Amino acid sequence: MEVLLKTENLETFIGQYHILQGVTFEAIRGEVTVLLGRNGAGKTTTLRTILGLSPPSRGKVFFKQKEIQELPTYKTANLGIGYVPEDQGIFPYLTVEEHFKIATKGKGDKVNERIETTLALFPDLKQFWRKQAGVLSGGQKQMLAIARAYINYNELLMIDEPSKGLAPIVVEKVMETLERMKGETTIILVEQNYLMAEYLGDRFYIIDDGKTVLSGEMKELKEHEEWRKKYLGIS
Amino acid sequence: MEQIVNLLINGLATGMLIFLLAAGLTLIFGLMDVLNFAHGGFFAWGAYSGIWFYGVTGQYVLAILFAMFVGLVLGALTEKLIIKPVYGNHIQQILITLGFMLVLSELLKVIWGPNQLPAHAPEWLSGSWLIGDIIIIKYRVFIIVVGLIAFFTIHFILKKTRIGLIVRAGVMNKEMVEAMGIHIQKIFMLVFMVGASLAALSGLLLAPYSGVIYAEMGMDFAILAFIVVVIGGMGSFTGSLLAAILVGLSGSFMAYYVSELSIAVNMLLMILVLIFRPQGLFYGKG
Repeated sequence: MEVLLKTENLETFIGQYHILQGVTFEAIRGEVTVLLGRNGAGKTTTLRTILGLSPPSRGKVFFKQKEIQELPTYKTANLGIGYVPEDQGIFPYLTVEEHFKIATKGKGDKVNERIETTLALFPDLKQFWRKQAGVLSGGQKQMLAIARAYINYNELLMIDEPSKGLAPIVVEKVMETLERMKGETTIILVEQNYLMAEYLGDRFYIIDDGKTVLSGEMKELKEHEEWRKKYLGIS
Repeated sequence: MEQIVNLLINGLATGMLIFLLAAGLTLIFGLMDVLNFAHGGFFAWGAYSGIWFYGVTGQYVLAILFAMFVGLVLGALTEKLIIKPVYGNHIQQILITLGFMLVLSELLKVIWGPNQLPAHAPEWLSGSWLIGDIIIIKYRVFIIVVGLIAFFTIHFILKKTRIGLIVRAGVMNKEMVEAMGIHIQKIFMLVFMVGASLAALSGLLLAPYSGVIYAEMGMDFAILAFIVVVIGGMGSFTGSLLAAILVGLSGSFMAYYVSELSIAVNMLLMILVLIFRPQGLFYGKG
């Protein structure tokens, strides 16, 4: 088992607020690692801290054994980390095609090959190729955001609440897509929807009040109702 | 009829000058969230450096390129030394760029003296064409043509090239652009330089149009450019062209028919936009 990404005692302030107070976790290559926790626990900030969007005040981030917490965001992203933010980060006045163009690194045939491979995984996006992303439905926007992060064959994808605000039927579709991506890439998934987390996750970490308080294999969490009740407020 | 055509051409020429100044301003604000009150300084430096170069060489086209080059250099230095330390703080941006605007104006006086300087169009752009009863002044047409060339060139870059897509995406969500592995700071610098260069071009084009140049000319036109940016929509390049034409034409017609209201009409347009569509008429339309 190769550890692709590791954080050690991450601490992050946002303004005067001490949001992360010691987040430690590992993402194993090829697995889906789920970060769980109540609203405001610090899950989104953890992803933002890894990417350098909210730089840490203390602690370390390792990607493929290399320390990266000091790097600017664009350099971290170029190491092979794709990011799908909670609000999807879609550019509303760019078309789907333009999203693909802007996201794809490299030139020539490689670009076309990547676009084709990605569209094979997200076939619905073909229908909206020339449409502005702002007019897409919530589910289509989510697919576009994931496709954009996937297109460069990033070794790690960090996906923040992909089910947020989506109808159950659309959530199922997103789940199916993420399941197809499983194995091809490593995923860190922040998710409030426990069913989705349980379905996709191999390993979990629970963050509470800015600290990792519990971790293990997903099947363990499935077996321990009292953990779910205590930390997630669900049974 | 001839009067209307003249007012139309006059308004379009003024509109193009304002557009060239506003285009950089709108992209700089939209992408970098920077309120750059020093933009008028690039305009004045473009006029002075270009007219000086034209005086020395007698080559007006080369003078245009020289003024644009001066704008590029000034833009690069300003972004690096003045703007970079105050990213994210609008109050500091207003204070430091206003101060720098004064410095740029005073430097012009140090180099070229405090008095107004005459500026003339080259021979091949002087005079007019007579079409029927209508007299069309060549230099005004030249300004319109240069403005349109600048618009279509940048429009093409913004719409059809990857760098243009990055700039447009950056206007919408710069954090996401950076998260995609793009060095947004470099893009900031580039946009700032191009914006300053367009302002310098505008300054030089205005010089023979108004006949004189003076160190404070930047501030007068920068106010119109800010009005255009508000009307067109912050960050909208096409919006700034359409709003500049609107401002240019309304100024031109009002100056002829109700001269007392020629300046007020632009303010009125801006107020109406701020009340009914505060994001600007063409916000988000590229």
